[in-house]
Amino acid sequence: MELAVAHETIARWQFGVTTVYHFLFVPLTISLAAMVAGLETAWVRTGKEKYFHATKFWGKLFLINIAMGVVTGIVQEFQFGMNWSDYSRFVGDVFGAPLAMEALIAFFFESTFIGLWIFGWDKLPKKIHCACIWMVALGTVLSAYFILAANSWMQHPSGYTVDPVTKKAQLTDIMRVLFQDTTVVVVFHTLTAAFLTGAAFMVGIASYHLWKAKRRPETADGRKVAAMRTSLRFGLVLAVVAGLGTAISGDTLAKVMFEQQPMKMASAEALWETQAPAPFSIFAVGNVNQGHNSVELEIPGILSFLAKSNFSSSVPGINDTAAAEAAKYGGRPADYIPNIFVTYWGFRLMIGFGMTSFVAALIGLWTTRKKRFLAPEFRTAEDEVPRLMLTPSREMGPFLTRWSWRIGILTMGFPLIANSFGWIFTEMGRQPWAVFGLMKTADAVSPNVSVTTQVIAFSTFTALYAILAVIEVKLLAKYAKAGVDLTDRPPAKDPTLRGPSSDEDADKPLAFAY
Amino acid sequence: MQLHDVWFVLIAVLWIGYFFLEGFDFGIGVLTKLLARDRAERRVLINTIGPVWDGNEVWLLTAGGATFAAFPDWYATLFSGFYLPLLMILVCLIVRGVAFEYRHKRTEERWQRGWEHAIFWTSLIPAFLWGVAFANIVHGVDIDRQKNYVGSFWDLLNPYALLGGLVTLTLFTFHGAVFAALKTVGDIRTRARAAARLLGLLTAVLALVFLGWTQAHSGTGWSLAALVIAVLALVAALAANQLAREGWAFVFSGLTIVAAVAMLFLALFPDVMPSTLDPAYSLTVTNASSSPYTLKLMTIVAAVFTPLVLLYQGWTYWVFRKRIGVQHIPSADHVAPAPEV
Repeated sequence: MELAVAHETIARWQFGVTTVYHFLFVPLTISLAAMVAGLETAWVRTGKEKYFHATKFWGKLFLINIAMGVVTGIVQEFQFGMNWSDYSRFVGDVFGAPLAMEALIAFFFESTFIGLWIFGWDKLPKKIHCACIWMVALGTVLSAYFILAANSWMQHPSGYTVDPVTKKAQLTDIMRVLFQDTTVVVVFHTLTAAFLTGAAFMVGIASYHLWKAKRRPETADGRKVAAMRTSLRFGLVLAVVAGLGTAISGDTLAKVMFEQQPMKMASAEALWETQAPAPFSIFAVGNVNQGHNSVELEIPGILSFLAKSNFSSSVPGINDTAAAEAAKYGGRPADYIPNIFVTYWGFRLMIGFGMTSFVAALIGLWTTRKKRFLAPEFRTAEDEVPRLMLTPSREMGPFLTRWSWRIGILTMGFPLIANSFGWIFTEMGRQPWAVFGLMKTADAVSPNVSVTTQVIAFSTFTALYAILAVIEVKLLAKYAKAGVDLTDRPPAKDPTLRGPSSDEDADKPLAFAY
Repeated sequence: MQLHDVWFVLIAVLWIGYFFLEGFDFGIGVLTKLLARDRAERRVLINTIGPVWDGNEVWLLTAGGATFAAFPDWYATLFSGFYLPLLMILVCLIVRGVAFEYRHKRTEERWQRGWEHAIFWTSLIPAFLWGVAFANIVHGVDIDRQKNYVGSFWDLLNPYALLGGLVTLTLFTFHGAVFAALKTVGDIRTRARAAARLLGLLTAVLALVFLGWTQAHSGTGWSLAALVIAVLALVAALAANQLAREGWAFVFSGLTIVAAVAMLFLALFPDVMPSTLDPAYSLTVTNASSSPYTLKLMTIVAAVFTPLVLLYQGWTYWVFRKRIGVQHIPSADHVAPAPEV
């Protein structure tokens, strides 16, 4: 491999591995923070034990997850400078601003209030304690907003000018960076997908416990079942709402992309030639060198609808778009074609995995519906495992019941896969550009970092992340399987901010300690 | 004072805040092996920083992000140039964060011991490497016309820089011991004071040589003033520690860090990364900075949010103001109950 190519390739692999890995934890953190906050609010307002148990249980899983999200995020703050110094010099004036705002506004929020929430159970009045987790949730959402604004600027630069002397991008309008259509739609799409992720996670683990309680009623504890049943319903409702939101925002985002990055959408569809009306591809095997697909299966007209909301519009193909870009920016058309295999399949896997979870939740929501929709003899109490009902008086048979619970468990990680492919698609689909139309990825790498250094860094991160993944998953599985800990109790009396009043209290062990 | 000068000061403030706060976090991490006699004592130490270490670390992320926004060339040159030391720091910070959060999640001896080793090493190594990095920044490194560092990894490990590393390591450990004395009760509190005395004397010797060297090499009148304050503060911290005035000792060990880091930045100004190849290649507050628009915008953001951060972080310290001792450590770990069979 030529040195320059190796240079760019390793830097891209490192960014891809560290970022996709980081983003396994991010959506769960965003959604679980808000979901735990919702459960704690329900406890504070109703005083019902099941909400307290659910808060504690999901809170533990949330903390195991956010620890990884936080530490893998540290790398993100610095690796632009490490591997992409020419990029950093070129975009810093624009791109640095949302990053700095993210740290100053969002990270401080998250990290400070998470400490208060973890250690504050016996130190803070419960309303304030609950407010702390809401602050964490707000921090995660703000963080997502700022970083997506930065990414959207790479997808569709706006609110900037290129300085004629220094040849660097300069910010002229921060409002355009923060509120351009790309940013707003991407934020909506990412957040809804994040909530679908957390909801599917909750549904999966709750299904595991409920299905176990159903099979072994003699070992089941009603209090645990109640907490899981509430969690299941909460997760299902959220998954349906978030899934719908993901689909709608995804459709809007696709329309924005057809406008702003036609190559990305053409490559998502492996649409080589401009067509009117354009079909939606179900399956295709393409040949990049020959510029067409050798096998394909498609539905006529649908792509035109996705792009322009009617069934007959023309959608520009890869070859025409590449020729246009080559004419505009120089070079050969082939230089402007991203990796079609990755974009085409990434796009399909994103939709496929994400929507499977949505459909599963929709079915789950129907079969576990409230008792007023059921015949009296099929109604179950709050601390019983719900029966899976097809009609008001018809329960699923044993086979369907078994598989319904299993599907609930198995689809738990599907949105995580969808998220990863979504990012791989959107970043690979922008290639060869780092900043669309302004800077190519090949020109963005650090010129002074040797390939040896890169190899050391890339292998270190990959090995470290692999080890941590094993540790994290095992720990998560252990706590998820253990279920609700009934020995967890809220403080006997609501703490006051002034601290313990008597000396006797002063030597009491901490409610939580590392 | 122009905007890029304001931002030089703000970046300095962020690093000072980071070293002040994570300084004692690193120190506590190192002391888990030097000071604690058993697991209960180690847990006492770890829990003195338990609720706050994560928020303290964000000062670093903010310093990084703010440098990116206000001085993109400084950000690019520094982190691409000091690549491998930074990689080591990042690896340590990753493992360290996980170690704090996961250590108590299982009861197995091997698991807990492993994470405790990790806490020690991942506190010690960054505490040393930050000193190495800052010494190199102040002294200057081989930066070429394109603002790229062209020296090697080994060039960064010169005697002056290694001395800088020892100074931050001892200073942070001293600061951590003073913090431990302030936040604990019982036997460990007394031992923390004794450890602080030794560490403080060691720091004084090393810091005097290092800061004197810095002053001789790149000092100004202002940096000399900061040096004097740093030395006086260190003496005052030692005296307060001797008199068992732990609050004052902490104020002065903190002031030592503030003044020492301020001195480095004063010696640096108006450069941000001097070049040893040709002074004309040096990165300065003017040639490395962002446009006036970005600087103005970020000034407004910083003016609004920095006081807010100080306010709620300060409140956190107030909530967890109580000293802790071995009697406060819950006997049963917070681990998952065994799954029912």
